[in-house]
Amino acid sequence: MTLLLEKPARSDSPAARAPYWTMRRRDTLAGWLMVAPQLAGIVTFVLVPLGLVVWYSVHEWNVLAGTFEFVGGDNYQALANDQQLGPVLRATGLFSVGLVVLNLSLALFLAVLLNQKLRGTVVFRTLFFSPVVVTLVAWTIVWGFLLQDNGGVNAFLHVFGINGPNWLRSGGAAMVSVIVVQLFKNVGLNMVLFLAALQGVPAELYEAARIDGASAWARFRRVTVPLISPTILLTMILTIVGSLQVFAQIAVLTQGGPGTSTTVLVYYLYQQAFQFHHFGYGATLSLVLFLIVLVLTVVQWQMRKRWVFHEN
Amino acid sequence: MKILTAALSAAALLAAAGCGGGSGSGASSSGPIDLRMTIWSANAKHLALFDQIAAGYKKDHPEIGKITFESIPFDSYTTTLTTQIGGGNVPDLAWIFESNAPDFVSSGALEPIDKDPDLVPSTTTNWEKDGKLYAYPFSTSPLGVFVNTDLVKAAGRPAPAQQIASGTWTWDEAAKTAAAVQAKTGKGGLVVGDFDYKGWDTLNAIWSGWGARPWSKDGKSCQFDQPQMVDAMTFVHKLIFTGKGMPGPGITKDFFAGDSSMVLTQISRAALLEKAKFHWDLVPLPKGPAGAYSVVGQAGIGVFKRGKHADAAKQFLTYFSNAQNSAKLAEFFPPPRKSELNAATLAKANPLLKPAQLDSVVVKGIENGTIKPSHTGYAELQQTVRAALDPLWKPDADVKTVLSGVCSKINPLLAK
Repeated sequence: MTLLLEKPARSDSPAARAPYWTMRRRDTLAGWLMVAPQLAGIVTFVLVPLGLVVWYSVHEWNVLAGTFEFVGGDNYQALANDQQLGPVLRATGLFSVGLVVLNLSLALFLAVLLNQKLRGTVVFRTLFFSPVVVTLVAWTIVWGFLLQDNGGVNAFLHVFGINGPNWLRSGGAAMVSVIVVQLFKNVGLNMVLFLAALQGVPAELYEAARIDGASAWARFRRVTVPLISPTILLTMILTIVGSLQVFAQIAVLTQGGPGTSTTVLVYYLYQQAFQFHHFGYGATLSLVLFLIVLVLTVVQWQMRKRWVFHEN
Repeated sequence: MKILTAALSAAALLAAAGCGGGSGSGASSSGPIDLRMTIWSANAKHLALFDQIAAGYKKDHPEIGKITFESIPFDSYTTTLTTQIGGGNVPDLAWIFESNAPDFVSSGALEPIDKDPDLVPSTTTNWEKDGKLYAYPFSTSPLGVFVNTDLVKAAGRPAPAQQIASGTWTWDEAAKTAAAVQAKTGKGGLVVGDFDYKGWDTLNAIWSGWGARPWSKDGKSCQFDQPQMVDAMTFVHKLIFTGKGMPGPGITKDFFAGDSSMVLTQISRAALLEKAKFHWDLVPLPKGPAGAYSVVGQAGIGVFKRGKHADAAKQFLTYFSNAQNSAKLAEFFPPPRKSELNAATLAKANPLLKPAQLDSVVVKGIENGTIKPSHTGYAELQQTVRAALDPLWKPDADVKTVLSGVCSKINPLLAK
């Protein structure tokens, strides 16, 4: 028996060549085309501005004279020697901690309250959510009038025999004021997210806990909180990032004062870049903000493994 | 990595384009020339007058297409203007605050313009460098005191006009009137226009009466801690917290709505009294310990070198500010021209004001007045002083200590 071995076809013969547009390649191209608009947006509106900020931070730009000079690390050296930066970071931290703690606590409290099957909850949900859709500047201007020494807030307190402080003119009260204005503006958003999460908690778990004799507080701590912890993580990241970027409330209500007690980082970099025309230094400050947001977000993301509950 | 490289390359290109500005002085284009001027007024009457002047210019200049007056809000005016310049969107002409004059003039951003010999010398000082004029001192508006004579009468105090006649119109007397109005009517006493415990430089209209200055004439050393300034600020502090003659921080009293007896502001605000439901008067600033004085607020119009049509813009500015148009503009903006600085000309444009008021407040004010403070890097100085002065606006403040603190904060900036 002779074994006849068939000569293999040459790989470059036209008849045997596999078509270039295989299903896999088509899928890959389709995938890239689908993400292309988003990718173009990220490159244009995220990566290019980020590159520009780095570029500006090693230059000094005199807008009026029209000069743009390379200054190397001068702006970074100025950053290290900036005596104003400490108080600014302190004010930023104070605002962020105050807002995040109050916002998440109040949002969760309201969500739990409005998750009950009681009459009127829909009205209250709408009431607490409505400031979210109001224009930020208009909201802040109205609060500015209310918080004046002879404004609505003090007039209301006076009814109860309380002499309210001059809210926007004394350091501590001014910081509390901008936190509260921002708190009431956005607490509805987190409240709605918490409400959605609460409605996803299986009723059987509460039932089982109740049979086991768990108190209301134990049920909240042992059942509710773990099951809505992914939402807590999400709202925490969003609120922290948002709190670090606060600007309009400061610009409208206090302009960083009294003194520099409410000069937060974004307002400070706006002053340096756009009011004082130190564009290079402003860019350097914005990189500081970028790094702070990045570090905080990464830390929270890593910490999720310790406290965020995932059923799988 | 490739994406990052591409982004940085694009950034470099954009940066180079961004700082390039316009097409340079006198750049020509094939079509009609469009001119754009930024202003901080959105007043319909002001805009109508500007459009009327622009229409008159276009009749004899067929090469001109549109002349646009772009209103930018007062509060963010300079910030928005410089941002436009930074972004390469350079206007052809712009109003410029007197406080920012040194920045614009010394940076070389403006084209030199012809100096008309008719201009009052004191009005051009801020806009000159090395013998050349860099902006037309378009609005030179003295500060005066508008008085609600009904409230002064209700408080049982002599009217300021009577006090001027008897030679007793001083800051001490004005403070007594303000305190009496507050005590007897519950309305506000004296309001300093645009002060609001942030725009501290408007207090210049008070402290000049004590011969005080925020910094030395050469701009190199702080003078907030000098005895004249300490005395002047002590007076202001007492007016607010002891006599209650001035609304305290966070309290708003609108003179033009009838809520206070006096407001210290520029005469161009007289238009707000057209429909006033109270009797009013306009008087010069009270005498201070340093004697009689006046303070002038000012705006200049400059032509940007990096605007697209600098030459055409200069020609338009010459027309816009000529004697004929200056007389029209006098309705709102007191002219800097000697030939027009008289009560007769001003009365035609300001029917609400009496010739005697115009003579004492406007004519003499411009002739003898000092311009509000200015300095290079003014925005940073303004903000730094504002923050350092904030502790002063408390009842128990130590005026001298606070003012020394102001100097320690701004001396490094002045020394730059």
